[in-house]
Amino acid sequence: MTKQDLTIALAGNPNSGKTTLFNQLTGANQYIGNWPGVTVEKKEGKLKGHPQVIIQDLPGIYSLSANSLEERIASEQLSQHSPDAIINIVDGTNLERNLYLTMQILEMGIPTVVAINMADMLSRQGAKLDLDKLSKRLGCPVVGISALKGTHINELIAEALKVAKSGQAPKTLAYKQDFEKLLSDADVVLGSDLRKDQRRYWLSRALENPEPLNLKPDSLDKLNALVKAYEEKEDDDIQSLITFERYALIDQLVEGVRGGKAPDAVSTSDKIDRIVTNRWLALPIFVVVMTLVFGLSVWGAGPGTLLTDWVNDGLFGEIIPPAVETLLSNWGVADWLQSLILDGIIGGVGAVLGFLPQMVVLFLVLAFLEGTGYMARVAFIMDRVFRRFGLSGKSFIPMLVGVGCSVPGIMASRTIEEERDRRMTVTVTSFIPCSAKLPIIALIAGALFGGAWWVAPSAYFLGIAAVIISGVILKKTKPFAGPPAPFVMELPPYRWPALGTVLRSVWERAWSFVRKAGTVILLSSIVIWVLSSLGWENGSFGMVEDIENGLMAKLGGAIAWIFKPLGFGNWRAAVATITGLVAKENVVSTYGVLYGIGEVGEAGEEIWHHIARDFTAVSAYAFLIFNLICVPCFAAIGAIKREMNSARWTWFAIGYQTVLAYVLALIYYQIGTWMTTGTFSVGTVFGILALVGLLYMIFRRQKDYKKPELSVAPAK
Amino acid sequence: MKTLFDMQPGQKAVVKKVHGEGNLRQRILDMGILRGTELEMIKKAPLGDPIEFKVKGYDLSLRQSEASLVEVEVLK
Repeated sequence: MTKQDLTIALAGNPNSGKTTLFNQLTGANQYIGNWPGVTVEKKEGKLKGHPQVIIQDLPGIYSLSANSLEERIASEQLSQHSPDAIINIVDGTNLERNLYLTMQILEMGIPTVVAINMADMLSRQGAKLDLDKLSKRLGCPVVGISALKGTHINELIAEALKVAKSGQAPKTLAYKQDFEKLLSDADVVLGSDLRKDQRRYWLSRALENPEPLNLKPDSLDKLNALVKAYEEKEDDDIQSLITFERYALIDQLVEGVRGGKAPDAVSTSDKIDRIVTNRWLALPIFVVVMTLVFGLSVWGAGPGTLLTDWVNDGLFGEIIPPAVETLLSNWGVADWLQSLILDGIIGGVGAVLGFLPQMVVLFLVLAFLEGTGYMARVAFIMDRVFRRFGLSGKSFIPMLVGVGCSVPGIMASRTIEEERDRRMTVTVTSFIPCSAKLPIIALIAGALFGGAWWVAPSAYFLGIAAVIISGVILKKTKPFAGPPAPFVMELPPYRWPALGTVLRSVWERAWSFVRKAGTVILLSSIVIWVLSSLGWENGSFGMVEDIENGLMAKLGGAIAWIFKPLGFGNWRAAVATITGLVAKENVVSTYGVLYGIGEVGEAGEEIWHHIARDFTAVSAYAFLIFNLICVPCFAAIGAIKREMNSARWTWFAIGYQTVLAYVLALIYYQIGTWMTTGTFSVGTVFGILALVGLLYMIFRRQKDYKKPELSVAPAK
Repeated sequence: MKTLFDMQPGQKAVVKKVHGEGNLRQRILDMGILRGTELEMIKKAPLGDPIEFKVKGYDLSLRQSEASLVEVEVLK
């Protein structure tokens, strides 16, 4: 950075139009990443027309009290890397609560411009805001804008640059005398214990909750004495007193600022909501909306699936491979390299990119729903159900989407703000059988259960049961324990989403899928190809004709013992399971190859008699259980890694899924065998032990863990 | 003691005291629910929980457990 560089932070409440404003300010010049060590998205961009100015988008927050992760990030960002200016976006239709954050921002003493958003909506309602009056009282520039329409953005930019360059701190807003006295007493007591700059902000932080500030014991005692005296005098506790003073000040600030027509007592949004979350209509409407989401993106004849089928069968089936093959042959490329490129890379990466159209459609629908404010209502409607087993109402969407494909399902968990809930959701979403697992179900149902109707529903039931069991078990473990996250959730007014914001959100999600999942898949495709194609044949090592001679078969044989307790300890089942890691579609086709049949139908009808010979009804279902619950495909692992944004948590999710799959299959096979054959063996003992262990994990008493301390890694 | 949990749709109330502790309490306060705030109970979710309130001109959803932390005086 050169010396002329300026950094302007963009702060505001969720649903205040912050993302839309950020897009207006930066255009296409955005960099998206994560804040260090956490999964909260970090966005930066260059100010349009001023490439030397960086706009930094802070997480959407209601307060700087540093209670939630987002609040902590925002407050550390502002306090440790003092930006040159802050643009504080305020929803003009919801002034008081939005100005609460403004109070705290102004306390920091960083040059600030307040942008009152939704100016267009206000004037449409016939309401007027006296922005000059507000500006005088706040002691900083106030600009009325419409982020959606892009009006007065240039004025906002000009004001922001002006305060950033002049370094003009906003004036200090005075609280009532007694409270000011408390602040100045605290100022004396804390002295050099507390940083000198941003003093008012840090004083109120110290009053609110001195614990994380590491004050000297001596100063802390004096501070506590001051607080105690004040609390006694005011007959309330300090947290509520500080909040009270800020809101009292806000009432003074907005006094007489509002003019024109008063907003309707019952707004259009209220009227819509009366129907959408109506006691009787809410659930039917919810079902209809979800059916639409599902139908458009993952349903067999919906636009998403049709496009995906075209990409899979057309683009990566009939168009690209033959073209590349011709090209490679013309160049005289060696056969093995052709095979690597065609079967390994194009086959593997293509299988995953094939999901892209489906995901784009899905992301489009979801971004639209997010923009309208309906997602908050989904959480409102479903919270009761999900809270029962340790998740929140917001976990519903990922699992619904997961019925189609776990990858976008896992990615949809991003809308869950609470980190613990999000990690839990990411871990359990792939238990819901995705569409690629259907052929496995059909194979087992056809080969061993005479195509019985109940096999497929039982697989979904199993998935839901796995989600519930996991919720209950994990909630009792240390990383997930603790009081439920506050569900104090704003239900934002229904709005027509901004097209640009919707499209940008689709683009960001789709591109990150292509880029990040793509690298994992590319690598894994190459590895699987190498293992399947190389081996010892006719006494020498090299490319093999017969997959049974390949390293993969050897590997399958070497690890088959692992699956013996589950009833399918043969190398074919092991290999099929491993190739299922690349993509679950592979399981049935791998079986076809391994039994020497070659191409098989979708449900593998040609190999049913082989499967029926190799499995019993019990071991076949155990095989199904393991393959449904275990680690999903590489693409989903890539998505897990992206959403967890931590190697440790990614391994945790993968490990947990594998262990749960193993335990469930073990219990089913061992106890099932005992029940059906009456033979009691050592295995049965292990099966019973596993069942007892599982039941213990589910029903054990919840230990009292101390509140987990969320920490934000210091930014470099 | 009456709390937000005891309110019926359409009823209005004034907050007397916010109980509870820590982050949850601070969050409730930050959202503008504090001594003297007037709010209206709008409705319960279809399954009975959470509950929607109108406060300071916007809509807020609280779980039953959270609503029962807010002591109020019902106005009518």
